[in-house]
Amino acid sequence: MNEYEIIVVGGGHAGCEASLAAARMNHKTLLITGNKKNIADMPCNPSIGGPAKGIIVREIDALGGEMANNIDHSCLQVKMLNTKKGPAVRALRAQGDKVTYPEAMIKTLENQPNLTILEGIVEDLIVENNIIKGIILDDQTIIKSQIVILTTGTYLKAVILRGSTKTSSGPHGEKPSKHLSDNLKKLGFTIQRLKTGTPPRIAKNSIDFSKTSLEPGDSIGYTFSFDNKPMYDVANQISCHLVYSNDKTHKIIMDNLDKSSMYGGYVEGIGPRYCPSIEDKVVRFKDKERHQLFLEPESIYYDDIYIQGFSTSMPEDVQEKMVHSLEGLEKAEILKYAYAIEYDAIDPLQIKQSLETKIIENLYTAGQINGTSGYEEAAGQGLIAGINAARKLEKKPPLILKRNEAYIGVLIDDLVTKGTKEPYRMLTSRAEYRLLLRHDNADIRLREYGYQVGLISEEKYEKFIKKQQNINKLTNLLKSTKITPKKEVNDYFEKINTPKLSEGSTTLFDILKRPEINLSHLKHFIDIDFDIEVIEQVEINTKYEGYIAKANREAQKMLDLENIKIPTDINYDKINNLASEALQKLKEIKPTSIGQASRISGVNPADISILMVYLKKEKKI
Amino acid sequence: MNDTIVAISTALGVGAISIIRISGQNSISIVNKMFKGKNLEKVDTHTINYGYIIDNEKNEVIDEVLVSIMKAPKTFTTEDVVEINCHGGIATTKKVLELVVTNGARLAEPGEFTKRAFLNGRIDLVNAEAVINLINGTSEKARKVAMKSLEGATSKKIRNLRQKMLELLASIEVNIDYPEYQDAIEMTNELVKPQIDIIQKELIKIINDSENGQVLTTGIKTAIVGRPNVGKSSLLNKLLDEEKAIVTDIEGTTRDIVEGEITIDGVLLKIIDTAGIRETNDIVEKIGVDKSLKMMEESELVIIVLNNNEELKDEDKEIISTAKANNKKTIIVINKNDLESKINIKEIECPNIVYTNTIDAKGIDDLKDKIKTLFNLNMLEKSDFTYLSNVRQISLAKEAKSILEEVYVSITNEIPIDMIEIDIKRAWNKLGEITGDVYSEELIDQLFSQFCLGK
Repeated sequence: MNEYEIIVVGGGHAGCEASLAAARMNHKTLLITGNKKNIADMPCNPSIGGPAKGIIVREIDALGGEMANNIDHSCLQVKMLNTKKGPAVRALRAQGDKVTYPEAMIKTLENQPNLTILEGIVEDLIVENNIIKGIILDDQTIIKSQIVILTTGTYLKAVILRGSTKTSSGPHGEKPSKHLSDNLKKLGFTIQRLKTGTPPRIAKNSIDFSKTSLEPGDSIGYTFSFDNKPMYDVANQISCHLVYSNDKTHKIIMDNLDKSSMYGGYVEGIGPRYCPSIEDKVVRFKDKERHQLFLEPESIYYDDIYIQGFSTSMPEDVQEKMVHSLEGLEKAEILKYAYAIEYDAIDPLQIKQSLETKIIENLYTAGQINGTSGYEEAAGQGLIAGINAARKLEKKPPLILKRNEAYIGVLIDDLVTKGTKEPYRMLTSRAEYRLLLRHDNADIRLREYGYQVGLISEEKYEKFIKKQQNINKLTNLLKSTKITPKKEVNDYFEKINTPKLSEGSTTLFDILKRPEINLSHLKHFIDIDFDIEVIEQVEINTKYEGYIAKANREAQKMLDLENIKIPTDINYDKINNLASEALQKLKEIKPTSIGQASRISGVNPADISILMVYLKKEKKI
Repeated sequence: MNDTIVAISTALGVGAISIIRISGQNSISIVNKMFKGKNLEKVDTHTINYGYIIDNEKNEVIDEVLVSIMKAPKTFTTEDVVEINCHGGIATTKKVLELVVTNGARLAEPGEFTKRAFLNGRIDLVNAEAVINLINGTSEKARKVAMKSLEGATSKKIRNLRQKMLELLASIEVNIDYPEYQDAIEMTNELVKPQIDIIQKELIKIINDSENGQVLTTGIKTAIVGRPNVGKSSLLNKLLDEEKAIVTDIEGTTRDIVEGEITIDGVLLKIIDTAGIRETNDIVEKIGVDKSLKMMEESELVIIVLNNNEELKDEDKEIISTAKANNKKTIIVINKNDLESKINIKEIECPNIVYTNTIDAKGIDDLKDKIKTLFNLNMLEKSDFTYLSNVRQISLAKEAKSILEEVYVSITNEIPIDMIEIDIKRAWNKLGEITGDVYSEELIDQLFSQFCLGK
C-alpha cells in the first residue's frame, strides 16, 4: 500500500471538506469511506443552510471549501430566511437533491488531483510515542500517513433503534466501525454516547396534497457561493408542503409511549433538544394541540418525501398508525421507517482549537465525532481540520478563526472551551457578535484567509479585492458629497417622502442613514454604477454604522484578552491560590489565551487575575 | 487594554477626608467631566487643583474638593491617576464614587490598583506572592459580601426581571433561529416596546428602592427644628437617652448642630439638633439659625417641634410651610402636652402629628413608630443593602437602564428587531452580573423549554 501525507477517515460532509482542502493544498491525501456511494450523503433532512447554518456555508465558500458550490449545483428550492429582520440574521436555506448533491461531490473528489478514495472500515490507529503514524482497516491492511483526520460521523459503534429493536448499523444499513472508539478510549480519549433521530419517508404518490398547504421557494434566485450564478430554475422550484399532527396522532403516541426506544428505556445516548422526537414534543408540550410538519421532497429522481418534525423511535406498527393519523397522509405508504441512532463521540475538550487532538499529535477530528450535529457544522470543522493538517505539514501556524470572525470560530471555540453534553447545533444566539458575522460579508471576513492558505485562486481573489475597492470608493463618494437645503433638493426629498433639509450641508452618507432612504434614491445626486453586492455592503455599513461600531468595540475587549497567550508549558500546579475547580478545568482544557481561559465555566475573574500575575511574574507575558 | 477603574481608597466613615482614586487612560477626562474649576486635561502633572464636583444630570454641587492629577508613567499604577479629596461623610463620598462610575469608570476589583502597579512593573517581584494573596483574600471576602446580599429581596426582584427579559429574548430569538415556526408570535418593535416599558419601569423602581435603601444604611439625616425653647434638645435627649445637647430654659442655648445617632429596627437615624429658628440679632446664634435652615434643606426627615402651651405663631407656620415647600418627610411633634393646650391643631396642615412631653417617654414611642411608617422600615429587608456590593449593583443596574434607553431610540428609528435584541441581551447580561448569573447556555435553555422546536 502507498503511503499518504494525510488520511481522512469518513466521507461525510466533514470528510469531503477535509480531504479536498488537504489535496488542494497540494498534499497527497487518502479518503477512506465505508461505501463510496454514501459519500456526502444526507441521511437526515434534505436541506442545507438556515439561520446561522446558512452563514456557515457562506463562510466555507469564503475560505475555499466546497459545500456552497455543491449545493448551488444540486438544489431544488431556495429561500432567503428572516428577510423582515436585519441583515445580521438573514440566511439562505436550500432544499437539496439527495441524488445530485452526493453525485456532484463525488465527481469533485474524483477529479481532485492528489486525492485518492478507498472503500474500507478503519478499526484502529497506529500510534508511536503519542504521534499518529497511520490506520489499520478491518481486514488488517495497514496504511501509513503523517496525519490522520477522523470524520466518522455517526458510524462509531452505531446502533439503530426502533422500539425495542436495536441493530448494530449506520444509516442505510451500512457497516459501523465496531472497535475504533474502544481503541480511541485505550489511547486516553473520553468517549460519550450521543443520539439523534430521523423521521419516516413516505411515497409521494400516496399523499393527498389537496389537504396540505403549499410552501414554495422564493421568486428571486440565490446562490450560496460568492462566485456562482443561480443554476436552478427559479420559476419552477420544487415546493414543500405543510401538515399538522392532531389529537389522534397524540393519543396514539401517548398510548404507545413505553414502546418507543426513548421512553421504553432502550436508549443510552443523549439527544439534542433542538431535534426532539415527536414523542418528546407531545410529552413535553402537552397543551399544544398540534405540531407543524413539513413534507420535503428528497429528490426529483425518486418519490421519497421526508416528514420534517416527525422523527421518532417508535416500532414500525406504531409508526404506521401515527403517519396515517395525519391529514392528507391517511393512505400514505411508508418507504423508510423512522429511527433513532446512537453513536460514540469524543469529548471535544480533548481537542485544540486547530482541531488537532491534545493527546495524539497529528491526529485531527471533525464533525459529529466532536459532538456536533448538522451537515454545515460538520463541513465547517472538516474544512478547518483539512487546512490545519496541511499547515502542520508545512510547519505553519494553524488557522484559528476568532469569535468575531466566523460562526465556524464560535463553533470550534465553544466545543474546545465548554465541551458539549448533547449534539451541538449552531444557533445565532451562540454568537456574541452576530452583527459582524453576517451572511453577506462572509467573503469580507474570510476570503483573505482562504487566499493565504492557498484555497482561493488568484482569479477569485482579484475579484474579491476589486469588490472591496469598490465598497471603499462608493463609501468615500458618499462621505465627500455634500448637499445643502436648496429648493431643488428639498423638492426631491418631498417627492421621496423623507424630511427636508433645514440648514447647513449634509453628506449623502448621513442621508443614507435615514431608514426610508436607500442608495437608489441617491442616484439623483451621484452616479452609482456598482454591483448589487457592493451596494448591499455600503448600505448595511452605513445604515448600521453605530451598531457595527458598538459590536466592534465589544469584540475588541474580547480580542485584548485573546492576545494574552498562555504558554503551552505552563504548570498550573505551581500557581498558588487558584480555586480548585479553576485549577482542574485549566489543567484539563489547557486554554491558549487568557480570553479562552475566561470563557471556561468555573474559572472566576479572581482566578484570571491570579493567572495573569503568575504569567507576569514568570515573564511569560 | 486597561480600562479606567475607581475605588474609595480611605476607610469609609473614618477620618474627616476621604480619597477617591481613579486609574487608567480615561481617568483625567472622566473626572474633568464632573469637575468645576480648571480644565484638568490641561493642568500640569502632579498638581493639586481646587474646585467642585458637580452632578451634571441634576445640575447640583456635590462637594468642594481638591483633585490631584498625576499623569503616567510616574504614578502608583504607572497609568494616569487622579485622586479626589472629598470633605464629606459616607453619603458624599459614595455619591462622588457613583458619579465617577456614571461618567465611564469601572469599580475596581479588590486589590486591582496593586495588581496594576505590579503588572506594570511598579512593585518588586518579591511582592508578587503577597499581591496574589491580596487579590485572592479580598476577592473571597467580596464574593462573600456579594453572596450575602444575594439572599435578599432585591436580588429576587432582579432575577424575576431577568426572567422576564429572558422570555422576551427567547421569543425574539425563536423567530430568528426558527423563522418558519408558527406557534411563536412574530415579534415586532411594536410588540417589544410595551414589554420594555414594563421592564424599564421595574428596573427604575429597583434602582430607586436601592438608593433609598442606601440612605438607610448610611443613615436618615433628621433635622429637629422649631422655635427656640419649644423642647427640641430635650426631645433629642429623650431619643438619644443621654445628655448630649445642652438643655436650658433660656431661649437659644443650643448654638451648635449636635449630631447623635439612634437605631430604629437596625436603621440608623442621624439626628441633628438645630438652633431654634427665630429672627435674631445675636451673631453667634445667627450662624446657628442659618445652619438650621440649611440642615433642614439637606435632611431627609424633618421633625418640627411645637409648643402645646402656646398658640401657633407665624414662625411656626413658616417652618411648616418651608418643610412642605422642600417636599420633606415631616413629623410634627407637639411637645409639652402635660401643660395646658393653647395650640389650634386645625391650623396645622400635616397628617403626621405626635404628642410628647419631657417627663414621661410615651410620646417617644409614638414618634419612633411614625418614623418607621414614614420610611416603610417595616417593609425593608436591610440585609439587602450592604454598602460595597450596593454601589456596584446600582451602577450595573443603571448601565442596564441606559442600555434600555438606547433600545427606545432604536425602536423609534425602526431598527430591525434582531439588532434591538442585541441591546436587550446586553442589558440582561448587566443584570446578570449583579446576581452573578452569567451562565452562557441560559438563553438556549429557555428557547427550548419555552418553545417546541425541532425537525
